[in-house]
This record gives sequence, C-alpha cells and structure tokens, in this order.
Amino acid sequence: MYRIPILRMGRTLLVTIQIDMEDQTAMALQDDLAEQISKTGANGVLIDISALEIVDSFVGRMLAAISGIGQILDATTVVVGMKPAVAITLVELGMSLDGVRTALNVSRGMALLEAASDGDHRVE
Amino acid sequence: METTVSNETQGSVPLRVEADIVASRQVVRKLAVQLKFSLVDQTKMITAASELSRNTVVYGGGGEMEWELLTDGIKQGLRLRFRDQGPGIADLDLALKDGWTSGNGMGLGLSGSKRLVHEFELESAVGVGTCVSVTRWK
Amino acid sequence: MSTNQQFLVGLLEREKSSILDNWVLATNGPQTSAKVRAEATEIFTAFLPALQSNDAQNSGSSAWQALKNVLENLSASRAAQGSTAGNTSAFVLGLKQPVFDALQRALSADSQGLLDAISSVSLHVDGMAQWTVDAYQRTREQLISRQQADLLELSTPVIKLWEGVLAVPMIGTLDSSRTQLVMESLLERIVETESSLAIIDITGVPTVDTLVAQHLLKTVSAIRLMGADCIICGIRPQIAQTIVHLGIDLQSVTTKATLADALSLALKRNGYTVAKTKIGV
Repeated sequence: MYRIPILRMGRTLLVTIQIDMEDQTAMALQDDLAEQISKTGANGVLIDISALEIVDSFVGRMLAAISGIGQILDATTVVVGMKPAVAITLVELGMSLDGVRTALNVSRGMALLEAASDGDHRVE
Repeated sequence: METTVSNETQGSVPLRVEADIVASRQVVRKLAVQLKFSLVDQTKMITAASELSRNTVVYGGGGEMEWELLTDGIKQGLRLRFRDQGPGIADLDLALKDGWTSGNGMGLGLSGSKRLVHEFELESAVGVGTCVSVTRWK
Repeated sequence: MSTNQQFLVGLLEREKSSILDNWVLATNGPQTSAKVRAEATEIFTAFLPALQSNDAQNSGSSAWQALKNVLENLSASRAAQGSTAGNTSAFVLGLKQPVFDALQRALSADSQGLLDAISSVSLHVDGMAQWTVDAYQRTREQLISRQQADLLELSTPVIKLWEGVLAVPMIGTLDSSRTQLVMESLLERIVETESSLAIIDITGVPTVDTLVAQHLLKTVSAIRLMGADCIICGIRPQIAQTIVHLGIDLQSVTTKATLADALSLALKRNGYTVAKTKIGV
C-alpha cells in the first residue's frame, strides 16, 4: 500500500499530500505521523494540501485527528494551502475544523510553527 | 474499471471496495469538467459523490453509483444515484439532521451532501436498502 | 436522392434569384437590405446541399451541420444587435412563401406533387426556424451571464487596503448567489495577494436577515479555514439590533463600527504602528 512520505526538517515534520487518497492511505498517514512525532520528538507538523482539489469529511476528520494527536504529543500542527473551492465546500459540508490551525502557504505555516515553538527547549 | 464518458449520457460505477470511492470521484470529476461546471460547483459535486460513495461502500455493504447527464431545455445538469441493498436507514429524519457547527465530521455524509447539491432525494427501507439521488445544475 | 427531392433541388437552383429577391423584399426589420440579402444567400446556399444529400430526411445528420452553423451565426449576430428571437425566426420562416410560389408555378398541374413538395419544404424550414430560436436563446443566456458577472465585479470590488489587508465594500441587498460570488472572488484574492486579513464592510447593506447573516458567517468560516482572518465593519445600529433580536451568534467574529477602525486593528495585528510626524504636509 502506498504510504505518503514524511520529511523531517529540524524539529518539524513536513507532509505534502499530492494524490487523491484512498481512505486507508489517509489512515496510514495518521498512524505514521503519530509514530514519527513520538519517535523524533518533533514539535511541529506542517501538512501541505495545496494540491488537493477535494477534501471530504473523511480527510477533514483525519486532519483534525492529526492535529489533536499532535497536541497531546506536544507538537503544533498547521495545515497550509487550502484551495478556496475546498474551503467553501468544507464550510457548506458543515466542517469548521475548529481545532486545526491553518495558514495560507508553506512559509506562513513555518512562521507559525516557529512562533509556536519559541521558548521550546529540548532536553538532550 | 473506467467507464467511457465521451458521448454517453449515462453509466454506472461499482462501489464495492474502498478503491471504488476514489474511482467514483474521478468519474464525477470527468463528468463535471465535461459539463463545464465552475470550479466551485465541480468541487461540491465531487465531494458529495465522495461522501455518498463512502456511505454505500462502508455502511451499505456495497452497491453502485449511476450517473446521468441531464438536459432541461437550455439547462444542463448531472444526476448521481447511489444504490445499495444494505441494512437501510431506520430514521430518515435523524439521518439527515446535523448542526452545521458540529465540526468534527461524524455523520455529515448525508446531511452535508444535501447542502452541496441542488436536488436531493433519499429512499430507504430497513432490510431492503438505500437509494440516494443528487442533482446539480450548471 | 428521390425524384421528388431531385426535382425540388433543381427547382430551387433555377429559381434561386427570384426566391432570394422575394424573400428579402418581404423581410421587415432594422437590417439593411444588403445585409439581409447576404444573410439570405448564405442560408440558401447551405440549404441546397443538405436537401441534396442522402441523409436529408434525418435532421440530426451531418448533412445539415453546415446549415446549422450558418443559422447559429445568424442568431448570434442578431442577438448581439438586440433583435428579438421572434424577428429572427420570422426572417427564416420568410423563405417559405417565395418557395411555395415557385413550386406553385412549376407544379400547377400536379396537385399531389405540389402538396408533397410544400409539406416537405415546410417541415425543413420550420426545423430551421426552431434551430435559430434555440441558438438565439443560448446566445442571450451567455450574454446575460457575462453581463451579470461584470456587474457583480463592478459592484463589489475587492480592494487591497494595505500589505496583507483586503477590503470588500458590500453595497445593496445581499442574496445567496451574489454573496457566493463575492465569497469566491474574495478567497481567490486572499490567495493571490497572500493577505492575512479581509475586512468586509457592510455599511451599504440595508437589511440583514438570518439568511444573509448565515452567508456572512460562512464567508468568515471559509476565510479562517484557509488561514486568514476576517473583520466585519459598518454594522448599523438597526442591523445590530436585528442580529441580537434574531439570536444570530456572530461566533467570535471581530466587528468594528467603521472601516477606519477595522483598518487600524488590521494594521496593529500585522505589527504596524502608525506614527504622526510633527510636520504634516
């Protein structure tokens, strides 16, 4: 089964979703991220969805879940690059994704993560 | 399995396994693009199809999506019908209820899809199956 | 091609000139007779080959495509000039009388033949008039949607107030489709300009009901989903009362009385300070 690659940049994990995901791929991503956050001690997760033309309630729930899991594991999650048509549709669908932080693009997202991790000292 | 969508005005897509949900999205995208729906309308229709396909596969025990290109005078539209012979829905009113502030996404498939389309019809009988029909006009 | 068809085509070719003359003469309308003659000739010239083909009986066949294109263009140009559908189809139907006259002259001794020929021509020309009207409708629809889109853009411009701050002055009544279009264009501009804040100014909106409030809230939600934020300003006292009265929950949307206040807040949020220099010129 195809698994979406997770890149690591310092204490941030980067994910770019570029395919029309099957449900199981989305669940696998959730599992993999949870594992990686824990394993690497990452304090930030950036998920780039700028290539996604469709975000339905399943993917929306996955993003909310990752956000929640990250929070418990002391990592901030930010979802970036949501397309206008996707935002409009999600709102109409009824998903406000309240607990999920979003940013317009990758650089804004990184800035947000930096601000969130300010004063975050790692115990080596 | 891909259906040809060039000159046909109707067709169907099986919805048996998870991969079929993705296939149904791709078919609906092709049709919406063919009908020259605006980007937002395309997105709404494909998303509705995704929700309803998932319902059919996961809760309906499998079934199919029938599609039809509609013409009403000048107007053009797309109708999708999701059928299954699954357990059926006992309380239709409850199934269609949600608060749009619920936010966490559980059970938004039916009620959410209704908001994404122009026409929505739901028929279901316990022990017999379910048929959801949605239509969007250009 | 049947003998009847052959006869008809032959007759039309022979009588072409007089048919066209009479057709143009009988046509009313603002177009110059030179223009009408040109249009009539084009139609006639495409009509004949279609009649001659083996597929002539099937109006859906490719034999009729050239004529359909001619009629489509006629419709489009007439629609753009503001002619009515009635006027345009009347013009096309005007082909019948001169053809009937020519047929009558040629078949005066053969009443059955005359009857057959007239009903065949009638059927074809009626079909042509129908295509013309259909094409006309489509063109007008397209024209109207383009105009609506232009009107919408003019009436609800999205303005870049400052680096990262956009403003949308809403004027007039907000209905579902209008608000949708404004929402779409605002979201696109937010992405294009990488703005973090959108100010929606509703000073020019006379009334807000539950539906309008819902649309506004949806717009705010969509903006936040994308990673930007929104301030609503220009809420008149009556509207504030309506909002409370209707029990509409503004859901933590920041509101400001005026656009100036909203801008001031936006700048502060983005880390700007406005300082007044001693010498103001």
